[in-house]
Amino acid sequence: MTQPTPSVATSTVAAVEAGASSMLRRSLQQLLAFAGLIGIFIVFAIASPAVFPTYTNVIQILFSAVVIGLLSLGATLVIITGGIDLSVGTGMALCAVMSATFIVDWHIPVLLGVIMALLFGGLIGLVNGFNVAFLKLPPFIATLAMMMVASGLALVVSNKRPIYFDQSSGYAHLSTGSLIPGVEFPNAIIIYAVAAIVAGVLLNKTLLGRYDLAIGSNVEATALSGVNVRKWMVIIYAVAGLFTGLAGVMISARLGSAQPATGAGYELYAIAAVVIGGTSLAGGRGSMLGTIIGSLIIAVINNGLQIISVPQEWQNVILGVVILLAVFADQFRTRT
Amino acid sequence: MRQFTTKALVLVAATALSLTAACSSSTATPGSSGSAAGGQKYIAIISKGFQHQFWQAVKKGADDEAAKEGVKVTFEGPASESEVEAQLTMLENAIAKKPDAIAFAALDTKAASGALDKIKAQNIPLVAFDSGVDSDAPLTTVATDNIAAAGEAAKHMCQLIGNAGKVGVIVHDQTSRTGIDRRDGFLKGMKDTCPNATVLPVQYGAGDQAKSADIAKSIIQANPDIKGFFGANEGSAVGVVKAVQELNKTGLAVIGFDSGKAQKDAITAGIMSGAVTQDPIGMGAATVKAAVDAINKKSVDKKISSGYYWFDKTNMADPKIAAVLYD
Repeated sequence: MTQPTPSVATSTVAAVEAGASSMLRRSLQQLLAFAGLIGIFIVFAIASPAVFPTYTNVIQILFSAVVIGLLSLGATLVIITGGIDLSVGTGMALCAVMSATFIVDWHIPVLLGVIMALLFGGLIGLVNGFNVAFLKLPPFIATLAMMMVASGLALVVSNKRPIYFDQSSGYAHLSTGSLIPGVEFPNAIIIYAVAAIVAGVLLNKTLLGRYDLAIGSNVEATALSGVNVRKWMVIIYAVAGLFTGLAGVMISARLGSAQPATGAGYELYAIAAVVIGGTSLAGGRGSMLGTIIGSLIIAVINNGLQIISVPQEWQNVILGVVILLAVFADQFRTRT
Repeated sequence: MRQFTTKALVLVAATALSLTAACSSSTATPGSSGSAAGGQKYIAIISKGFQHQFWQAVKKGADDEAAKEGVKVTFEGPASESEVEAQLTMLENAIAKKPDAIAFAALDTKAASGALDKIKAQNIPLVAFDSGVDSDAPLTTVATDNIAAAGEAAKHMCQLIGNAGKVGVIVHDQTSRTGIDRRDGFLKGMKDTCPNATVLPVQYGAGDQAKSADIAKSIIQANPDIKGFFGANEGSAVGVVKAVQELNKTGLAVIGFDSGKAQKDAITAGIMSGAVTQDPIGMGAATVKAAVDAINKKSVDKKISSGYYWFDKTNMADPKIAAVLYD
């Protein structure tokens, strides 16, 4: 661009090419993941042309991606710091139970109850962050302990029974209702999309995102440059917890009930989505777009394999192989 | 990194050890104090967990029977029905308490064989309930005849779809006895009574409502001409109901298993045609009864069937049915 060029057209092309190639370098993994998503979609579309690529089914894929998708947004923020959050699955169940406690048992209006459930998720994250940043517990251990605490508390608070949102008809609409009248487009997908945009802005446009990446790449250097690392760690874990809270609201809205014993194992799918999306488990590198694509890849594979009636045992094998391939592709790119 | 891993492993091991120690020490107290208090017999019951209120109903039956017999029971179970290992730990801890009898509902028919041998070696009477185990250790097995019960569901399914068309099946898991028996019972029932129907490949949803709903939706999408759907436990059946609601699918005969508020509501609303229920209260009572008989050296039958009922809109309010349906 600094050198004079013969014509405006060529310079524009050159600029576009330069921009494109640097973007390509920066986000090759996302592109790989995205290409993977498209590739997998095409394979299933060929295998089941009448059913898989239909509007209803695509909506179903997006809809089934919502809960894992929301969990993985928060997990991305934590994993970028070089940490891990094992508490999101059972934490989600606890937030669902709290949401039901607020709205059903305490008769708090739905909207306020939902906000309180989100904040409760934030509180879980806050405790995780405090344990990691101030008590210096390894994230794996701190969140493993929280996973157990949350799974127990969900059963204690609910008295081991599912809590039903019968009297709060608006609650289910959060998930299965349709904001656009006459069009089959569940609100859950809209809420997921909004949450994904918020997460993307948080990571790419705010101080939180910048410090998140900085802490993950080099925590000492970040601290030496005057950033209050411990404070920001707590904030990052707490913000991640808000997404757990939202996932808890969305799964209980879908089921019309808070199921206290669900959630275990969801954290591993969330981590898988993050990893497929190219976020490094070593920290310092990651993208929300990648995580969203990762969640969609899991949803597409699950849905597609079920549609073409692959035995369930093999569905898990295939999903595991995809995760291996994704991580391998990522490492291959980093090495070369 | 390596150093961190080692540290992490040590910490995990330490946490696990302290948790196990905490569990066994806290749970050991009621047993020992129980037998100390006037020689009251103590039965340790290990169930499959809390995921379904079914277990709350079993507990109620067990508690009522225990009060009647004047024995002490404790009722434990893992947080979810996939935690085979956690359940095994509970069983081991129960053995350590040296109870007068143990009642055990195995999540996996084979996983507990080591612990069951230990129970046999220590001469503690063992009553298996809900699921049998692949072992000769139990004196008796108190269970729903799941093959017959699922066959009943198949019979009703056949009537509802008029002996023709595609039928989907979602089962909770591939390894537990109830999963295997209900699947095989339903498939056999369909083959025998409904030769003109096509049963689609069985899918498994781990008893998780959301997961089962996603699977059911995929199956309904892939087979728009589907006529019926069978969910083999509460979580699977509610998942099918969610799928039908979310797709606004009509004209589908849905049959469930067990009860719970969501299934009862679906039957009232006409989304679900009916369901087969076990008799969980009767199961809890029969389990404690068998254990007491075993403690008193009375002979018990090798198999005790705790019964099942078909219920739909027409008989849900019947007192006999309503008593075994739980919310």
